[in-house]
Amino acid sequence: MVFLHGPSGLVWDPFLIRLAERNRVFAPEHPGTSPGHEDAIKALDELWDLVLHYYDLFDELGLKAPHVVGYSFGAMVAAELAATSPDRVGSLVLISPIGLWHADEPVAHYQMMSREELSAAIAGASGTSPVATTPAVTSESDEAAQDELIRWTWSMGCTSKFTWPIPERGLHKRLHRVSAPTLIVAGDHDRVVPATYMQQFVKEISGAEQITLEGAGHAPHLDRPAEVLEVIERFHDNAEA
Amino acid sequence: MDRYKLGGWHVKISMFHFMPHRDLPDDFEKRYRSAYVDVPWSELGDSAMIGRYYNWGVDELVFAAEAGLDGICTNEHHQNVYGLMPNPNLIGSILARATNHLDCAIVQLGCSLPLTAPPVRIAEEYAMLDCISGGRLVAGMPIGIAMDANMNYGIPPIEQRDRYYEAHDLIVQAWTRDDIFAFNGNYTQLPYVNVWPKPIQKPYPPIWIPGAGSSSTWKFAADNDYAYQFLSYYGWLNSKAMMDGFWDFVETSGHDANPFRAGFLQLVVVSETDEQAQKDYEQHIRYFYNKLQHLPPHDLFPPGHQDFVSLERGVRNGLTESIAAQHETVKYMSYGDLVEQQFVIAGSPATVRDQLREAATQLRVGNLMVLLHIGSMPHELTLKNIDLFAREVQPYLTDLWEDEWENKWWPERLRSRGEHETTGTVAPAN
Repeated sequence: MVFLHGPSGLVWDPFLIRLAERNRVFAPEHPGTSPGHEDAIKALDELWDLVLHYYDLFDELGLKAPHVVGYSFGAMVAAELAATSPDRVGSLVLISPIGLWHADEPVAHYQMMSREELSAAIAGASGTSPVATTPAVTSESDEAAQDELIRWTWSMGCTSKFTWPIPERGLHKRLHRVSAPTLIVAGDHDRVVPATYMQQFVKEISGAEQITLEGAGHAPHLDRPAEVLEVIERFHDNAEA
Repeated sequence: MDRYKLGGWHVKISMFHFMPHRDLPDDFEKRYRSAYVDVPWSELGDSAMIGRYYNWGVDELVFAAEAGLDGICTNEHHQNVYGLMPNPNLIGSILARATNHLDCAIVQLGCSLPLTAPPVRIAEEYAMLDCISGGRLVAGMPIGIAMDANMNYGIPPIEQRDRYYEAHDLIVQAWTRDDIFAFNGNYTQLPYVNVWPKPIQKPYPPIWIPGAGSSSTWKFAADNDYAYQFLSYYGWLNSKAMMDGFWDFVETSGHDANPFRAGFLQLVVVSETDEQAQKDYEQHIRYFYNKLQHLPPHDLFPPGHQDFVSLERGVRNGLTESIAAQHETVKYMSYGDLVEQQFVIAGSPATVRDQLREAATQLRVGNLMVLLHIGSMPHELTLKNIDLFAREVQPYLTDLWEDEWENKWWPERLRSRGEHETTGTVAPAN
């Protein structure tokens, strides 16, 4: 199983840790986000390069057609992988996918938000963000807090190379090509991607299922990890059957 | 270390102008998120009024040139109220024509290279300005601030620096190559590059690189033998550490300590006495800092805008945090504080002379840019400031760096005072 992280990089949060307890999970770090390899982003110019990069990675890992789970930006990439070479993705789980754009109900400019603003924007109905908002990082802060801010910032910079300024790169033209069994997981209080966008994913991908978590925000797997894990597990069991 | 004994090398002093919105409401910074990007035209824009700003601004810069300033400077900003010139070359062309009878440099500081596609357009427009002005162009090549490049013009932050380097390479090749060539860049592909016209100045007009302290900008300027211009609104005292770092860098990279390879922007207001300066200018200085500089610091550094080394350094040494803090605290500084800490050099001619001399000497800059129109300053007051500066301050500074170094970063025909062949055109009637 491959997990593709969101815009601010790979984080081993409770959801991912538990996913990895029950499955063999490959969680690649988006090029440029691996510590010490910040320049790796320079090798990729456009989305096409990123898609091919992941196929190359699958080849190297010996993955013919893995389950792919993606969150937010990672879900956009996952959808592109499933649409471009449909036989390379065994099943597809899209958690709050970006990649579409409706002018009358636009995606929030999440890439331009500060870390605090984005943390608040992904909160669900409760208003409490599932990601910790650390106090402002200063030169007096401990090194771990500084590391985290640097990591967050550089990861956003590397992923937004492919989604700036508007996170839409033509995925709507390609979604119909997805043949993998597909599950879309979203929160009905998503303030980054309006809930109505899921309808288009379901419509375009034949046989796609959708689960909407009431009260969850843009990161339903962080709001309600156990529930989302269970849903995904059931979906994978059915997909393999 | 070579030193040249030449006539007429001395500090160059140019007037800088932003052409800002001069009439924002009193509660502007309380009502709006930022002076940039999303400041609403529907509530604050007035085309006729802005037309007046442009015409006053041109008059003020031409007045400065007539009064003896060595150069006049424009700049590029978009979708904001702090600087209303999306295309500085339109203004530059008016200034070029209007000053053809004067020994004054047209300092375009300048076209933000990544914002124009294809970049040959900048090569062409700068060449036009050089031709119209008879070879008086200074070709500024800023990288562009984040709000303009990333938010207003949609360039992915992480690509901005690479796009800048590629645009620079294309422009310099377009100016200097004799052959007609294809350019297969990452961001621009052109089958035939054959710009008409090319600049008068050979191999190209002096190139200035404005920056706000990034060491990769210093390196770029030093490696290419361009002049580095430090633009800051917090005065020379706050800039000394930065400029010391720049000069250390220059030395360790094996370049000479020629002061003309550096420049600095300083806010300056002159009045009859120090007390009168406060009466004349305080509200406009406040307006500049509180309204025109009103923006969330995060907008200056969208992720990817700083390269990784600068990002890491900025977090660990607290520089990024202190920039954000300074943005806030300056709004609460009293006029007295702003003047005492020389964020603004303000006062009688004697006060201003002394402080500006010290600034130029301590920072070791051969190019001084003075912001003589600040914020909401009305037209007549601006002319007063320019007039007093030109008559009572500038002449007392012209001995700075005199005859010590060659100024390689100034239009050649303007490098010494004296008789010049003009283009033969007269300044147009106003």
